[in-house]
Amino acid sequence: MSLNDEVEALKRIKLFSAIEPAKLKLLAFASERISFEAGQSLFREGDPGDAAYLVLEGVADVVVQSSKGPITVAEIGRDAFVGEIAILCDVPRTASVTAASRIVALRIRKDVFLQLLRDMTSMALEIMRELAERLEATT
Amino acid sequence: MDQNLFSYIWRHSRREQIAVIAVVLASLPFYYASLNLPALIVNMPIQGHGFESPGASQPFFPLSLPWFGEEVVIFPGIPLDRLSFLIALSVLFLTLVCINGIFKFQINTMKGRMGERLLRRLRYELLDRVLRFPIGHFRRVRPPEIASMVKDEVEPIGGFIGDAIELPLFAGGQAVTALLFILVQNFWLGLIAAFMIAIQSLVIPLLRVPILRLGRLRQLQARDLAGRVGEIVEGISDIRTNDTANYERADIARRLGQIFFIRFELYQRKFFVKFLNNFLAQVTPFIFYALGGYLAIKGQLSIGELVAVIAAYKELPAPIKELIDWDLQRQDAQIKYEQVIDQFQPDGMVSAAIQSLPEADIPPLKGRITASDLSAIDDSGARLLEGVSFDIELDSHVAFAGPPGQGKEAAAQALVRLVAVRGGRLILAGHDVALIGDAVIGRRVGYVGHDTYVFTGSVKDNILYGLKHEPRRPSALSWSMRDRAELAASGNPSFDPFADWIDYEAASAATIEDVEARIIALLPTADFEDDVYQFGLRARIDPIATPELAALALKAREALRPRLIDPAQGGLVEPFDVEAYNRNATLEENLLFGLPVDPNYVGASLPQIQQIANLLKELDLFNPLVAAGREIAETMIELFRGLPPDHPFFEQFSFISATEMPEYQALLNRIPAGAVMGPQDAARFIALSLRYVDARHRLGIITEEIRIKILAARRRLQAWLKENAPGAIAFYDPAQFNAAASLQDNILFGRVAYGVADAQKRVGHLLSDVLDELGLKDAVLRAGLRFDAGAAGRRLLPGQRQKIALLRALLKNPDLLVVNQGLAVLDAGAQSEILTRVLAMRSGQGVIWTVARAEGEHPFDHVLVFEQGRIADERRLRRGPVKTSEAKERTLI
Repeated sequence: MSLNDEVEALKRIKLFSAIEPAKLKLLAFASERISFEAGQSLFREGDPGDAAYLVLEGVADVVVQSSKGPITVAEIGRDAFVGEIAILCDVPRTASVTAASRIVALRIRKDVFLQLLRDMTSMALEIMRELAERLEATT
Repeated sequence: MDQNLFSYIWRHSRREQIAVIAVVLASLPFYYASLNLPALIVNMPIQGHGFESPGASQPFFPLSLPWFGEEVVIFPGIPLDRLSFLIALSVLFLTLVCINGIFKFQINTMKGRMGERLLRRLRYELLDRVLRFPIGHFRRVRPPEIASMVKDEVEPIGGFIGDAIELPLFAGGQAVTALLFILVQNFWLGLIAAFMIAIQSLVIPLLRVPILRLGRLRQLQARDLAGRVGEIVEGISDIRTNDTANYERADIARRLGQIFFIRFELYQRKFFVKFLNNFLAQVTPFIFYALGGYLAIKGQLSIGELVAVIAAYKELPAPIKELIDWDLQRQDAQIKYEQVIDQFQPDGMVSAAIQSLPEADIPPLKGRITASDLSAIDDSGARLLEGVSFDIELDSHVAFAGPPGQGKEAAAQALVRLVAVRGGRLILAGHDVALIGDAVIGRRVGYVGHDTYVFTGSVKDNILYGLKHEPRRPSALSWSMRDRAELAASGNPSFDPFADWIDYEAASAATIEDVEARIIALLPTADFEDDVYQFGLRARIDPIATPELAALALKAREALRPRLIDPAQGGLVEPFDVEAYNRNATLEENLLFGLPVDPNYVGASLPQIQQIANLLKELDLFNPLVAAGREIAETMIELFRGLPPDHPFFEQFSFISATEMPEYQALLNRIPAGAVMGPQDAARFIALSLRYVDARHRLGIITEEIRIKILAARRRLQAWLKENAPGAIAFYDPAQFNAAASLQDNILFGRVAYGVADAQKRVGHLLSDVLDELGLKDAVLRAGLRFDAGAAGRRLLPGQRQKIALLRALLKNPDLLVVNQGLAVLDAGAQSEILTRVLAMRSGQGVIWTVARAEGEHPFDHVLVFEQGRIADERRLRRGPVKTSEAKERTLI
């Protein structure tokens, strides 16, 4: 799998769909491809957010702590984009994501992500739209 | 110091000056004789005076001196015929030239040595004074200005010292001799020469008054410039972050402009004076030629006499000029001297006795610290302390609390004399702090301020700095006899800089190894162990100097390998294998299978070595690497196009820096794909390929085919390099320590894999486990202590510098430890952890620690709260409580 496959994967994310391919390639290049063994955490609830992850291969569980112990609220797989809220708002992770199988993910660092937002208004607009939609969905 | 330069010179170089004068005097008769000879040669053997009859002879070498018109004969001479006489006189002339030359050489040598000695003395005295400046004075001076004065401004004074007394005598003697000679030859011509000289020596000094004024101005401006340059270097981060580089440029341009115009005016005036001087000097020969020629034609003056007068006059302007120059130099040096020493005599200098070596060991401090009605002000007159009285036990743990800048810091500084006490008394274990020597404070008290300085050298050197009070053990290397003689001649102290100055006893140790062990034991107290451990892992070890450590590292490599191969940890590190391409290493590393030691075998230089290029071509690797480099360049330009050059992505991610970008763009435009290119251009592309790390960059440009070729090239290259450039590359060898790689890289013997979650952290844990098991941690820490701190400790973080300062103080086992905001850059949690450990370690030994808050639970025995320079509250927590009101009353008294 090479950089171009990662660019293709990024293109499939709604957030990045409007961005020109060259910039996506830069984003992919500036990011790191990381593999996690089953059981390893991509991140844990309550940790400071330092990166967002795009799942390229494998399946992961999204787990939230409740009064009754951990609850798996969702299962995510290929092309899932997680952890972007924590790096946008500087809030701790709202959930844990743990690899259920071996996972390969693209790790997009916070500084890289924010730098791209600063450079590309189209991406910032897309983020705003996404956030607005989520807000709409909750009200 | 003497206000007058001449008094200073005379005081310190009297004997040498007299010796020089004696030699000069001895040289004068020979000089006179050499002036007389040319006339003699022309008149007698050449023109034939005294050889009119055939076979006539003349006495050779009659020694006689003119004495009030009479010739006093000393030696009648040897009779010689005309030709022999000519030869004898010519040989005599040559001999005199040699003798004069040897005299001159001797005189110059003596002068040079004298000048250098006095310069050494002057510089030493200036620096000695800097070491004794009152502390407050350092807030007003800029370090580069002091450096500029000690180094540059006194330099011309040194040049002048040699000439100070000798030159006016020598040149004056020459001038008087020449003048006397002319007077003897012809009274009126001599009188004219004397008159012209009188005009010169009256007019020229007058014209030089403004030159001296300008010189003084130039000196001040140059000193100021040095200060500003120093400020720019020191303040570079603030200049960059405030975008004031152009403001600084403007200021520098203004200053350089001022200096330019001062110097230009100086030159104009100088050259005018020079012109006038030359003109006046040439007027005299004009008179000689015109008047002397007239007299010779009239027969009133012999041609030989005229030639001799003109020859003698030729000798005259040089000494006169030297005299006039000397006078200028004298005034210049005097001004410079005054301006320099003015800056080195601040009020309140520390007396030399306070810093002198103590005669006996300083006994431990015991008892109490008592302050009575202490007051202090800073150099702006603001009140730091007022009517402060306290009485604390020296072996107790005391907190100086209160808001910042309201007295707690000043009180702590007063204890180590960093703040001068203006009123009241401060008694430390029975000694008045104002009167005790630096030795007591420096050896028995440990002080950690917020701005403790880290000197150039290793971390260890800096921690040991607090133990270097006096030479303890002489080393084989010491001052030579010649060094010692010069030390005495220039009044420098004879402390042996080569001796071992470390006071092992003070650190409860006997050898350097013991001290290192003590430092390592102290590291956790200052929370510095992790940092030093990391320094150690990153350090390069010389396997020849420390073979045990290198052997242990190999053992650790051996022990770590099974764990890295362990499937549970699988793929954390990709080991170096001579038979495999390492996808986590650069292509260059893969090609060389080692690290370049010789800078000629790095990056773009590599393919420019003809044999290497040929080898790559032979293996059909050259063109694929150029193509790969080209692809990288194209991709980088595609990715980074449109980003401003200062965009952070360039530095973090690009193969090509922002400044190289246009160059590669031009290269791509100029050379169409697949075209033949010159070796230089090809090397530029290959340089990019060499930086490529497959697992990290994921551009997919290195195919399996290329990898196999690289492995083949690796073998061939290694054979070629071993034969033709031994030592240029440190090759990887599973059984050998690699001196070019860090300790950590040597142990891992591979590259940490990209793309494995938490690989760095997990490898770190595995590594430290292995090192612990093998008992290697100590050795790594010792290697870490040798980490170079950089200029002013700039390679360290501020927190690391403060920890070094704390260790420096702890290592000397002080009777009193004063920590005055000494860990201020650390966060509160880290500070309080270190505080707890330090107090636990120093139970029964005195500690004074400045803290922000007085309320809450304190680990201290005694708390003093400072507000507005006074003690606002006092609490004894462990040793018999004192009522708060009582304390308050005391401060009111």
